[in-house]
Amino acid sequence: MSSVLQIKRVNKAFGGLMALSDISFDVNEGELCGLIGPNGAGKTTLFNVISGLYTPTSGSITLSNQSSKVISGLAPYKITQLGLARTFQNIRLFKEMTVLDNIKVAMHSQIQTSLLDTLIRTPQYRKEEARIESEALTFLKSVKLDHLAQKKASSLPYGQQRQLEIARALATQAKILLLDEPAAGMNPQETEDLAQFIKKIHQEKGLTILLIEHDMNLIMSITSRIIVLDYGKVIANDVPEKIKTNPRVIEAYLGEEREEHVEGQ
Amino acid sequence: MLFKGVRHDTIFTTIINGLPIGSVYALVALGYTMVYGIIKLINFAHGEIFMVGAYSAMIFITMFNLPLWLAMMLSMLTTAILGMVIEKVAYKPLRKSSRTAALITAIGVSFLLQNVMLLIMGARIYTFPQVFSNTTWVVNGLRVNALQLGMFLTSIALMLGLQFVVHQTKLGRAMRAVAVDKDAAALMGVDVNHTISMTFALGSALAAAAGVMVGMYYISMTPYMGFAPGLKAFVAAVFGGIGLLPGAMFGGFAIGIIETLVAGYGSTLFKDAVVYAILILVLLIKPSGLFGKGGKEKV
Repeated sequence: MSSVLQIKRVNKAFGGLMALSDISFDVNEGELCGLIGPNGAGKTTLFNVISGLYTPTSGSITLSNQSSKVISGLAPYKITQLGLARTFQNIRLFKEMTVLDNIKVAMHSQIQTSLLDTLIRTPQYRKEEARIESEALTFLKSVKLDHLAQKKASSLPYGQQRQLEIARALATQAKILLLDEPAAGMNPQETEDLAQFIKKIHQEKGLTILLIEHDMNLIMSITSRIIVLDYGKVIANDVPEKIKTNPRVIEAYLGEEREEHVEGQ
Repeated sequence: MLFKGVRHDTIFTTIINGLPIGSVYALVALGYTMVYGIIKLINFAHGEIFMVGAYSAMIFITMFNLPLWLAMMLSMLTTAILGMVIEKVAYKPLRKSSRTAALITAIGVSFLLQNVMLLIMGARIYTFPQVFSNTTWVVNGLRVNALQLGMFLTSIALMLGLQFVVHQTKLGRAMRAVAVDKDAAALMGVDVNHTISMTFALGSALAAAAGVMVGMYYISMTPYMGFAPGLKAFVAAVFGGIGLLPGAMFGGFAIGIIETLVAGYGSTLFKDAVVYAILILVLLIKPSGLFGKGGKEKV
């Protein structure tokens, strides 16, 4: 297996606070990799750095799905165009737009028509819009959301909004997906549905997925490897069975519980 | 009483008379509202873009002998470029600063444009060349002026064009997405800077079209001609609910009609005061505007 995402010695400081220090790991092609750690460990910060919302203070991130390319420092939309997309911990759909339009926005960089074509509505423009429309619908069908195409994104139930957000990230034609706590706020049934959904798209679309999640059942059942962050450092990087018994991981989580206990008194 | 003893058919005529100027306010208000929607900036230089549009069309017509339609399109192109340059130079560096900083910069840009125009063209009052027929028809006792009709139809066509761009095109989807969530849009592959730039271009082009029409309507032109219409269009945008395109259109027509009614049955001296009084009332009673949902905006 070849690695598609290489994170090398990445640091991110906010003023004097080291949110990420010396993070290095690779993600292999086709892998479904978990990223866990106590609250404030730096998981979302790492996602923000990888997806380009933050620039790392030092270190490099390389994406090598087509050709090898350093992506740290690139604008987020360029990183997306290179085939990496993400979802957010708190759902960030374009709420007032329809489900279909949300998908079409994600297909933005696949549309080639110029503004002039658009303004004078050339055949080129009509053809392109028709193509995008049908591709977006086909895509929605493949994730079983097609019956909701004309609904406003904000009108969907929570679980479906999560699915739509993942679908929207996929519609960018990304091959590498960063999912930030997709099961947050879900009941056990919704979580189970989501696990099936992630497994399905992972296999059917040949994706590489990096998944942040607090639901340990979910993460242990679907990932093949887990990376553990604590205080901005990688403290473990192993298969799920070994992570369960790793003393440093247990300490990181129990340590957090002890602190919560003290605060509670 | 302001409206005492007024016959209904004359009221109707006055309302019809308010439509052309109202449609012009609507065009300018759309620019305000689009820019506000996408970067939460009240672009107070928008009235000056309108002025530059009027001046450049006049120059294209008088110096290059271009036909009106071509002069109008070229002046729209000129201001579109001007709008993009202003955004790049003055507003983009401040995108992460406080909104007050950007607002004050916008006022600065407004003065800059006025004074650059003063420097280039001087303080004299120019007259817009008469290139549009000034015939008036009487239909069923209703007076219809060709210029007014032309203004109204042009504005409606431009508004329909804008609706099309916003709702049916790649750029429009990107604009709506960026307005909701810049980061999420960027992560979907949307070039946010380009989208903001194009929003300024579209808004500025509409302002230029409005400027040209007001130039033809009121004939006399000064570098300060953008101030009052700019402010009124801003009132219109706030009235309808700033950030909302239908709100801006409705607000524009409403302000135009109210203004014409006041001028017709009260006094011309009152008309500006009434418009600004509306602004105060809207801000007191429903700051989110007629179409606004209110209280939902997160800053």
